[in-house]
Amino acid sequence: MTAHGLALPMVLFSIFWGLVGFAGPWLVPKGPNRGVIITMLVTTAVCCYLFWLLAIVSQVNPLFGPQLKNDTIWYVLFQWE
Amino acid sequence: MGSRLARPTEPSPGPARRTMGSMFRSEEVALVQLFLPTSAAYTCVSQLGELGLVEFRDLNASVSAFQRRFVGDVRRCEELEKTFTFLQEEVRRAGLALHPPEGRLLAPPPRDLLRIQEETDRLARELRDVRGNQQSLRAQLHQLQLHSAVLGRGHRLPLAATPTDGLLERTPLLQPPGGPHQDLRVNFVAGAVEPAKAAALERLLWRACRGFLIASFRETEQPLEDPVTGEPATWMTFLISYWGEQIGQKIRKITDCFHCHVFPFVEQEEGRLGTLQQLQQQSQELQEVLGETERFLSQVLGRVQRLLPPWQVQIRKMKAVYLVLNQCSVSATHKCLIAEGWCATSDLPTLQQVLQDSSSEAGVSAVVHRIPCRDMPPTLIRTNRFTASFQGIVDAYGVGRYQEVNPAPYTIITFPFLFAVMFGDVGHGLLMFLFALAMVLAENRPAVKTAQNEIWRTFFSGRYLLLLMGLFSVYTGFIYNECFSRATTIFPSGWSVAAMATQSGWSDAFLAEHPLLTLDPAVSGVFLGPYPFGIDPVWSLAVNHLSFLNSFKMKMSVILGVTHMTFGVVLGVFNHVHFGQWHRLLLETLPELVFLLGLFGYLVFLVVYKWLFISATGPAPSILIHFINMFLFSRSRTNPPLFTGQEVVQSALVVVALAAVPVLLLGTPLFLRWQHRRRSPRPAGRPLDEDKSGILDSSDASVAGWGSDEEKAGCPGDQEEAEFVLSEVLMHQAIHTIEFCLGCISNTASYLRLWALSLAHAQLSEVLWAMVMREGLRMGRELGVAAVVLVPIFAAFAVLTVAILLVMEGLSAFLHALRLHWVEFQNKFYLGSGYKLSPFTFAEEED
Repeated sequence: MTAHGLALPMVLFSIFWGLVGFAGPWLVPKGPNRGVIITMLVTTAVCCYLFWLLAIVSQVNPLFGPQLKNDTIWYVLFQWE
Repeated sequence: MGSRLARPTEPSPGPARRTMGSMFRSEEVALVQLFLPTSAAYTCVSQLGELGLVEFRDLNASVSAFQRRFVGDVRRCEELEKTFTFLQEEVRRAGLALHPPEGRLLAPPPRDLLRIQEETDRLARELRDVRGNQQSLRAQLHQLQLHSAVLGRGHRLPLAATPTDGLLERTPLLQPPGGPHQDLRVNFVAGAVEPAKAAALERLLWRACRGFLIASFRETEQPLEDPVTGEPATWMTFLISYWGEQIGQKIRKITDCFHCHVFPFVEQEEGRLGTLQQLQQQSQELQEVLGETERFLSQVLGRVQRLLPPWQVQIRKMKAVYLVLNQCSVSATHKCLIAEGWCATSDLPTLQQVLQDSSSEAGVSAVVHRIPCRDMPPTLIRTNRFTASFQGIVDAYGVGRYQEVNPAPYTIITFPFLFAVMFGDVGHGLLMFLFALAMVLAENRPAVKTAQNEIWRTFFSGRYLLLLMGLFSVYTGFIYNECFSRATTIFPSGWSVAAMATQSGWSDAFLAEHPLLTLDPAVSGVFLGPYPFGIDPVWSLAVNHLSFLNSFKMKMSVILGVTHMTFGVVLGVFNHVHFGQWHRLLLETLPELVFLLGLFGYLVFLVVYKWLFISATGPAPSILIHFINMFLFSRSRTNPPLFTGQEVVQSALVVVALAAVPVLLLGTPLFLRWQHRRRSPRPAGRPLDEDKSGILDSSDASVAGWGSDEEKAGCPGDQEEAEFVLSEVLMHQAIHTIEFCLGCISNTASYLRLWALSLAHAQLSEVLWAMVMREGLRMGRELGVAAVVLVPIFAAFAVLTVAILLVMEGLSAFLHALRLHWVEFQNKFYLGSGYKLSPFTFAEEED
């Protein structure tokens, strides 16, 4: 119903997970667990970013659209648009 | 797997607290030799046991247990433990509890053993005597009570027992069947028998002595306490009147047979009354004595209760120390004991300090020094309570070899993540997260820590795991856009139904005729852009949502799988570098990466390319057919290429990937043979950098002989260089090659379980909603009907959600995520054939 760009989410999420994965490690205080926490931050950033990226990239060029029932179409037309 | 860092007090002040090394690989563990002066050996080992630093090796393996030096002391400890068991049993029988001792008790010095032994023996003896007395007193009381019951029963005598009527007693009831029986005096046998046997007794008496006796059976009024078991039991008392001497003998034999208690029966009433009074008096006195005995017994038991637990702990420690001392060998001069063990290198200063302190009064101080060894040392990875559960998952598959890369730090995140991919739902994830959070916040409460239920303890020990799993499930739930199977519109949808309706002329009449209509992205204005965070909510309204989701999830699974496996291969690089096996980088890792990325990395590329650059205008190429044709070197006409030059690129990749296989197969064996030839002339004088590679890489050397057999012999070492057998190495490498190449294909397909389980979870969730909750929400338009009906319906929904979706699906996804880690990820780099450092410590015994 509204236009979504690809660029803005890309930039935002890349920056966000980039901060978590690259800047976060610098902020971890020194201590016996520093290595483990850095590993956790980087792994989290990679996994979560990759998962989000796959979800958005798979929807950029849809090859087919949703098949809706007629009462759903009526309701959406009436209620949302 | 508790943390050893948290040990609060140490006997000597001082050495720095041990820091947790990183979990990247095992800490350095060294073989140490300790020289303990004989007089201080016991104290030293006891202190080492308190700290838990060293794992001792058995230097007397060839000596049987009965011939070792301290076998006498061990035996004494064991006898003491037997007595302790007896005392414990007595305490338990009396219904008292033994409380674990307070504070920390050290192993007592050997001279205290005698004192403890004497006191224990004395207590045991007293206890036995008192128990014996109590038993016999009870038995006597029982007899008295039976006797009184028999006499006091008031059996109606078959003959009136008036003293004046003495004649009547002598009148026979029946005419004797003629004959010379002149002895017609009536005699009585009175006694008591167990009720179970009473009927049989009566029958037998009648059959044996028919007509010559009259038996009367009565049950005792009150149950009497059985002396042995203490349970109340009723007895049957009987009174048999008979005449004739032979009958009397028969009756006595029969009653003996049935183990009846027979008591003398006086015919006159006063006699019986007098006896009864006497019995009452006796039983009263007996009960007083019994009371005294039982008071004394409880006193003794109280002493046992107080003294036993600390003794048990102390003797257990003492026995453990002697068992360790038995493993030491004696030096030539018999002045000191030599012990060998494994100790973490970072703990060596502490070890030194402890030994010095313990042997300070012996004059000669104990020394420790490192000795070189070619056996594989045990693995030591220190964990805290958060990382322990993840390390536990990895160790359940196999403990890593010494200094091999540890998969655990990555597993902390990838395991919950892969679980969440299969479990993605905001609502379910949130429930799991809150449950785990409750456990984590309550983890220090004593009630929670000492709970004994197995299933609870399993969940409790995995609370941090559940916490992360729940958290990631919430995230993937948002991406899948599912919250209890309902989609949320955080952002407005990117699909416009109105645009489609206006452009395709969907009037009301048209809609009424067509129950299903599809939105076409090629029509302008229908598709307005990808949903910024996750799957567009319009798909949850669509009838064909599975078509879209299946395609998305399958491709996502393959991409995640290839990434995970590539990461595994890359981790192997760290192993090769650390052990100095540079040739494996070129001859194994490189061909492996070429094969994996050339084929399946290319597949990932195709998927992403199609996603980004192929749109709905025009026919869409099928990746599957392209991929199949890639291997068959053919083409199909109806399938348009994705990009120009695709065929050339594909053929090149296949050729290069196939060329990598013989490199993988033959590279390392040929290199090793060349290396062996180059230095084979001299068996001695090997360069020392062979050490690490020799110990650890089982694929290099002839595989036989490594492993636990090695630890027995001290430090053998020279075998692998002399015994380089090309055929064995080739076979080993062939197995590795086949496993890797076929594994690439099957493992990539195996990651499709991520798709399968997430589909199952979504479908189950949707069915539950549609069949349960939606029915409830549809009920009745009158105010109040739905409200009442929703209460039981929601209860059913909640119960089924927790039971099926959380517990069953949770366990299922957990299992599959575990399998993916253990098999698909770890077989790219992890050998897992090591053993853990298990230091000599008293800690487990105190639990």
